[in-house]
Amino acid sequence: MKEKEKLLEIKHLHKDYGNGPVLKDVSLNVHKGEVVVIIGPSGCGKSTLLRCINGLEQIQSGKILLDGEVITENKTKWSEVRQKIGMVFQSYDLFPHMTVTDNILLGPTKVQGRDKKEAEAEAERILERIGLLDKKNAFPRQLSGGQKQRVAIVRALIMKPEIMLFDEVTAALDPEMVREVLDVMLELAKSGSTMMIVTHEMQFARAVADRIVFLDGGEILETDTPEKFFTRPKTDRAKRFLNTFSFHMERERGGKAI
Amino acid sequence: MQDLGIRVLFMGNNFIRLLKGLGVALKISLTAVILSVVLGILLGMVMTLKNPVTKCITKIYLESMRIMPQLVLLFLVYFGLTKSFGINLSGEISAVIVFTLWGTAEMGDLVRGALISIPGHQYESGAAIGLTKLQIYRYIIIPQTLQRLTPLAINLTTRMIKTTSLIVLIGVVEVLKVAQQIIEANRYTVPDSALWIYGTIFFLYFIVCWPISTMAGWLEKKWKN
Amino acid sequence: MDTEFIIKYIPLYVKAAGLTIGLGIVGIFFSLLIGLSVSLIQYFKIPVLKRIAGIYIELSRNTPLLVQLFFLYFGLPKAGIRFSSQACAIIGLSFLGGSYMAEAFRSGLNAIDKVQEESALSIGLKHGQVMRYVILPQALSLSVPGLCANMIFLIKETSVFSVLALADLMYVAKDLIGLYYKTDEALLMLVIAYLVLLLPISVAASFLERRLRYAGFGN
Repeated sequence: MKEKEKLLEIKHLHKDYGNGPVLKDVSLNVHKGEVVVIIGPSGCGKSTLLRCINGLEQIQSGKILLDGEVITENKTKWSEVRQKIGMVFQSYDLFPHMTVTDNILLGPTKVQGRDKKEAEAEAERILERIGLLDKKNAFPRQLSGGQKQRVAIVRALIMKPEIMLFDEVTAALDPEMVREVLDVMLELAKSGSTMMIVTHEMQFARAVADRIVFLDGGEILETDTPEKFFTRPKTDRAKRFLNTFSFHMERERGGKAI
Repeated sequence: MQDLGIRVLFMGNNFIRLLKGLGVALKISLTAVILSVVLGILLGMVMTLKNPVTKCITKIYLESMRIMPQLVLLFLVYFGLTKSFGINLSGEISAVIVFTLWGTAEMGDLVRGALISIPGHQYESGAAIGLTKLQIYRYIIIPQTLQRLTPLAINLTTRMIKTTSLIVLIGVVEVLKVAQQIIEANRYTVPDSALWIYGTIFFLYFIVCWPISTMAGWLEKKWKN
Repeated sequence: MDTEFIIKYIPLYVKAAGLTIGLGIVGIFFSLLIGLSVSLIQYFKIPVLKRIAGIYIELSRNTPLLVQLFFLYFGLPKAGIRFSSQACAIIGLSFLGGSYMAEAFRSGLNAIDKVQEESALSIGLKHGQVMRYVILPQALSLSVPGLCANMIFLIKETSVFSVLALADLMYVAKDLIGLYYKTDEALLMLVIAYLVLLLPISVAASFLERRLRYAGFGN
């Protein structure tokens, strides 16, 4: 792990919406092929961190480097940088007026200027792999939430990004559809993709992550392997956070009346 | 152009006459608005009934009021009624009749829209905490309906005021008619008075309508959440 | 009812309706142009222009077309600015319609979720491309019902063009009433003429609206 090259470097990142800091002095490196899962309570700045990396938010100080190049400058050509960074959002972000295929091909044809036939063939290959080839001419509204999110992942993947950002992609899904999306992400992780994942699915986090980053109040409080983090968290805040996901002790404690 | 035509405004009681003319138009619009709101609320409630007969009749009424230019409606009442039935209506009365008929249709549709926009679970959760039917309306449905309706009803007022300008075309002496009289009377002494007089009327209408529509927009924003 | 009279004057009405429709179409065209520009200026919050657009919308929406026309046709010539009747009609209708169309476009643009723009950006599209391929196609189709309603509204508003000494439908009707006292016939033809003009548009509009509302993309 250690000898691998750094793909993404975040240095002393500071982000403020104008009413108090959202991210305080966040520093984090992501190596090639690594899967970093960011967890933490709601409003801790997880999503904001991903959005900063993709230039959707202005930062106040600090910098972010991709492949050793600073991308947080005014002259940054975001259109080029974003081709190297794939992102999938929480809400279904497919373009409703385009078919599945057109959604996927918009980037390759309009941004990368790739040949439509060739890109389409690739899109079909990926769709087949995730079992959605029969939906290639469907419109987003004809898909289930889980299918939409899988297409959104394909749409990001076809740009051949160096790193993929997942911003709570299963949070808006019905429970029975969560699995199919997580499976695609697991598959990606196995195939060696570099990924940063924000999620509330703790079991999934444990299974997919090389490294867990615990963010609370805009600060990174812990960085550890999933094994260590989930069994022996170091900080009290991480312990308390993990406790909110477990129920097995509640009864014995004699449940306080509300 | 040295001798600005604007002075015609301040000759004699010209400006007061213009304001009085505007007053005639406003009085007609306000009368029609008040009648439209009252009748429109009734119409709107009738329109939410599931009865196919009332549905059909109200729909035809609404659509026929909407598809005809208001000026055509004015002509129908002012010239048509007079001729066919020998009823001699003044321009003012014709205007109030037409604008009330039209305004009632518009208001009725707004009321219907506001009523059906209250989701069913609002009634259910009211019932679930034990409110009587009357209480549900009193505390839950009517306040919400009013919040949706008030800005729209205020907007209807500005539309009504703007539409009332048409009454000059059926011979009512209102602000535009007064303007024509003033311009005519000063044709030789102040030849460019038309520019100033009509410009003034433009801004008079703006000064009347703008605060009303601004208030409607403000209320709409305030009550949105 | 004097059917002979009606038949005799049908061509006059047809001609007048042609004038109404012609001026209406040109006015609507410019209204759409003004409306789209104004809504984009406001959407992108372009400084200075944004203020001008705001003032324009307030002026246009808070004054009657009839008063606008009186100012254009009788007032402005005294300041040396002279337009033909037709030009006044088109300028007036576009001045009025522009703000209504802007409102329809604006509500379409505002209905597009922010995440659409962000996800388009995140696959590397430039701002112009985001607008062209993602935002505008959706916003425009959402605007269609509003735009149609405005078209009907504007064609109805053309009924005041008779004050510009244009021989439109109202002018013809009033003429026949004044000259021959054929009030019933003249008014009947007037109503029928407007129905023929407006009903098809109105039916088409409500058909479009239902399609857009219940089907959306993909049916």
